[in-house]
Amino acid sequence: MNKNILLCGVGGQGIVLTSKLIATASMAKNIPVMSAETIGMAQKGGSVFSYLRMGENIYSPMFSQGTADLIIGFEPAEAVRMLPYLKSDGTVILNSHPIMPVTAALSGGSYNGEEMIDYLKANVKDICIFDADKACKKIGSPKVLNMLMLGAAVTRGCLPFTMEEIKTAVINTVNPKFFDLNSAALDEAQGLIK
Amino acid sequence: MHTEFLMGNAAIAMGAVAAGLNLISGYPGTPSTEVLETVAKRRPEDVYVEWSVNEKAALELAAGGAYSGARTMVTMKQVGLNVASDPLMSLAYVGVKGGMVIMVADDPGPISSQTEQDTRHFAAFSKLPCFDPTSVQEAYNMIQDAFAYSEKYGTPVLFRPTTRVCHGYASIFVKDPEEYLKNTPEGFIKDSSKWVIFPRLSYNNHIKIEERNEGLREEFSSYPGNSITGNSHSKKGIATHGISYTYVMDALDKHTDVKILKVATPFPFPERLAVEFLAGLDEVLCIEELDPIIERELTYICGKYGLHVKIRGKLSHDVKPAGENTCGCVAENLHLFLGTEIPKGVTRDEPPALPVRPPVLCAGCPHRASFFAVKEAMKVKKTAFCGDIGCYTLGNAMPLDMVDTCLCMGAGVNITQGIGKIEPDTTCFAFVGDSTFFAAAITGVVNAVYNQADMTLIVLDNSTTAMTGHQPHPGTGRTMMGEIVEKIDIEAVLHGIGVKTVETVDPLDLKSSVDCVKRVSAQKGVKAIIFRSPCAVLIKSAMPVKIDDSKCVQCKKCIRTLGCPGIVLENGKVKIENSLCTGCKLCTQVCPTGAITGGEGNE
Repeated sequence: MNKNILLCGVGGQGIVLTSKLIATASMAKNIPVMSAETIGMAQKGGSVFSYLRMGENIYSPMFSQGTADLIIGFEPAEAVRMLPYLKSDGTVILNSHPIMPVTAALSGGSYNGEEMIDYLKANVKDICIFDADKACKKIGSPKVLNMLMLGAAVTRGCLPFTMEEIKTAVINTVNPKFFDLNSAALDEAQGLIK
Repeated sequence: MHTEFLMGNAAIAMGAVAAGLNLISGYPGTPSTEVLETVAKRRPEDVYVEWSVNEKAALELAAGGAYSGARTMVTMKQVGLNVASDPLMSLAYVGVKGGMVIMVADDPGPISSQTEQDTRHFAAFSKLPCFDPTSVQEAYNMIQDAFAYSEKYGTPVLFRPTTRVCHGYASIFVKDPEEYLKNTPEGFIKDSSKWVIFPRLSYNNHIKIEERNEGLREEFSSYPGNSITGNSHSKKGIATHGISYTYVMDALDKHTDVKILKVATPFPFPERLAVEFLAGLDEVLCIEELDPIIERELTYICGKYGLHVKIRGKLSHDVKPAGENTCGCVAENLHLFLGTEIPKGVTRDEPPALPVRPPVLCAGCPHRASFFAVKEAMKVKKTAFCGDIGCYTLGNAMPLDMVDTCLCMGAGVNITQGIGKIEPDTTCFAFVGDSTFFAAAITGVVNAVYNQADMTLIVLDNSTTAMTGHQPHPGTGRTMMGEIVEKIDIEAVLHGIGVKTVETVDPLDLKSSVDCVKRVSAQKGVKAIIFRSPCAVLIKSAMPVKIDDSKCVQCKKCIRTLGCPGIVLENGKVKIENSLCTGCKLCTQVCPTGAITGGEGNE
């Protein structure tokens, strides 16, 4: 079964690694996989998105608007920005914690995640919202944000993998000294979503 | 053979290694940088790797290696080839012995470049064969073909991927190390009739090159990367290349009632294959990125063979003339051309206004401090601030607003000189980063000194090539082979080329920096200030600074003057964003009430 997935958020949230983990899990099951992400002038604090495609007979690593099965939104406004990519019956997994753009202070502009979340609720039928930053604090590391998002997507049944298969991908991809922490975050996500 | 999930640039690197690569050189530039970095990380022991001082040096080095029978590759971005174009054009006449691939990554968009130039033109201009891969897997396979063709014809060849191939990832089939070719260089064999370019040799070789390329037009018609697929009885055809080919294939999906020409060798163009493609067609839509090269070739072939096929694309305004193609815009072009219905998108409410996240200098970036010091020192003066290529181009953003010009690598020095010659009452500054200084600014400074310019050169020395991901350069004392070498000293270089006043100052010490700028810029002639402070991303942060609420009067001067991402507004009040603040303490020196303190010790 082919799947188009879009991961989006802000530089520094671990989006690229999440995309790699999904790819690793995919390869372990012999599912061909491709991805593409924004790099270059996108730095800390800039919008980051990663397109990921799994399955047979796929040519391009990118896909068109209206064709994503799943958006994993690490930040509310970034999920709204990429929402045109979602299929009409697609799923959104969303971290409710907003990140202020660096220019907001300068322009005196305000940005508040609430408005974005309300919009997403009104326009997406299948949406799962949780405060992943709060969960990070509970676990004690801001670095596990991506594991929480990935764990939520797996728990919700949006990815063709079991939690064990994701953990195997973590073992094979991420520095083993962080495995316990990452594994705890995946379990925490499972508890939060269920 | 096994599968690996590789970035396109890593696939190009590993493909080159599998083809028996002996030497690789280059200059960093998005989207090409990861090719050389991957070779450095995963190279067999006997492969030589270097970041050269610029693209010209890199290409010449790779040529020398290939003269000696080595298989060599040189990597750069498209504008880098402008710098290397002098040796490129001559090398095309002289040729090589070992296989030599010139990997030039193009950047449609442009996403992080000055221009949208198309290296396929450079292929035709220099008369060198050019390969244009469509995917990560094809890039891996094709780079090996590129070496084989190079060696077979004794000519360097161009290999031109674009951003989405370079930076796309895919699970691909790659060779095991036992399957790698091994090339043992024969060494340099003296033969001045071959290696010394003289008019006579150029004339003779020009004839041979034209003959070779005529042969390649035919040979490439059978090259598997060039292909005709789809319905051979269709009246409509699509001609495409590169990443756009994958967009076309995905968009066509089940609508296969069309003939497709995929062009992997834009030069020499596979003419026989193109004639075969055009046979029986009424019209063709060319889906290309950057310039309409396939479109022009097909139009030419129609004229040459008297074929009545309408060729459409950018020149006929059916396809947008500039910018990157997307799956969406290619699908729309195809639907319009084929007369099929454009699938209705998903309708949703109008989204709320989204926050913009433009690239900015990082929290704690020493460039912010350097720009601010010059701005403070020059407050009431008439000034010109000429910038250059690197992170510090972002100094143009508000509130710093300290970059008046930016053109190409190293150009700021002599643009400054030019402005000063016409406007002598303007105090002129050229800002250049340390890597750009070595790559492209030294000769400009020699020119300014020799021709009696009146200007201040500011070297923003953060001891790395930050913009492209922290590559070493001659001033860092490290090489890509892992050696620790003597640093080339910027002060000594400037003194050596006749700059009498050279002062070095830590930009994070605001008062000393402002005083230094006032003192140095008041002198006549060419003088230099080196603002030296390491890239904030590379050093361990100090503790974040703190705001004393009892002292802060909410004047917001820190925000208004510095624009640091580490200082934010929360419910209208100034706050330090602890996750970003590096404790550089620049804001503590700007605060009029002394409300910001701290930034001591390690985090």
